[in-house]
Amino acid sequence: MLTFVALASVLLLGIVPEQTEAISIYTGWERHALLGSDVRLSCSFFSWRGTSDDVTFSWTYRPDGSRDSISIFHYTSGQAYVDNKGPFRDRVEFVGNPGKRDGSILIKNLDYNDNGTFTCDAKNPPDIVGRPSSVRLLVFETVPIQAGVITGAIIGVVLGLLVLIVVIYYLMRFLVARRVFSLSVSKHGKKKREGTPARQGPVPTADPTKVKAASSEKKKQESRKDKK
Amino acid sequence: MLLLLLGIVLLHIAGLVLLFVSTIVSVWISGETSTSDLWQNCSTISVGSHCDPGSAGEWIQAVQALMILSIIFSCISLLLFFCQLFTLQKGGRFFLTGTFQILASLFVMSGAIIYTVMSPQWVPDTEAFGYSYILAWVAFPLALISGLIYVILRKRE
Repeated sequence: MLTFVALASVLLLGIVPEQTEAISIYTGWERHALLGSDVRLSCSFFSWRGTSDDVTFSWTYRPDGSRDSISIFHYTSGQAYVDNKGPFRDRVEFVGNPGKRDGSILIKNLDYNDNGTFTCDAKNPPDIVGRPSSVRLLVFETVPIQAGVITGAIIGVVLGLLVLIVVIYYLMRFLVARRVFSLSVSKHGKKKREGTPARQGPVPTADPTKVKAASSEKKKQESRKDKK
Repeated sequence: MLLLLLGIVLLHIAGLVLLFVSTIVSVWISGETSTSDLWQNCSTISVGSHCDPGSAGEWIQAVQALMILSIIFSCISLLLFFCQLFTLQKGGRFFLTGTFQILASLFVMSGAIIYTVMSPQWVPDTEAFGYSYILAWVAFPLALISGLIYVILRKRE
């Protein structure tokens, strides 16, 4: 029985990790960049195996509206090879760190012809089964504002103003009520010393509405007294 | 008294519903095969409908924000109405409720005006304004009247 369990566990341990091995490659979804600027296309991968010395990265480019892709970058055996004949000649630079599973490239001096899809494919032997990931590059003359930024800003500012007004209103009420309360307490104190029957003031609470009601009640009482 | 109250609340809720429908349903502009609104452009090409996210211009984002703000303010004013109903002194006026409702109507008005003024940029001449746009314009006087009623109304009993 025990040997059966031992064999089964060895088999499971032997089989299961290999089935879940598949390299996952991550790039951005879309990149917006200004005409003439540089853009960094990032590519990283996740693999169940440790990073091997034979890790390879390759980038291919497919222009918008075209079906053919050309290879523009390849890293293998610790050496980076950049495009020296195609549309990106002398404009591609390797800025990644293969030891840290980063295969990013930098494309300099962008032009409208660079609009297209860039695909990163990484292999980490023996982990070579994986799906390449693509990032779309869009080159603009002026970078447009992302959808929702202005919307959020306007809503945030108006609601913030509303909250500010409410807070200031309650603060003013609280401060005024406290001042009136302290004034009337000092008046009551003087009357007590003069020997007139003490009028029981309300118990001081931190509640501004009650304090305000109490202070307004006291004001009414004082005005009635003054009229007398 | 109760009838009056019911009528006012119904008016307010009607305005609120119009605002919701106008903001969410996507028919500000409708053409032969496509409708578009604040959030996306939908077109029905052969099989089914296909929606793209709309253009991210500054003015359309401002209209989005104003419509959402008007809904928020209208909801707040409804809540305030019920609060003030129970806490206001006799003879008091629903100033706060009315203020929020009038602000909501002003926001709808500005949103609709901005959309109308900027629409030549977004709408090809062949397309007409859709029903969501009309609902937004109807919601504005409804909310305004509702707000004015709140300001004039005095609490009795």
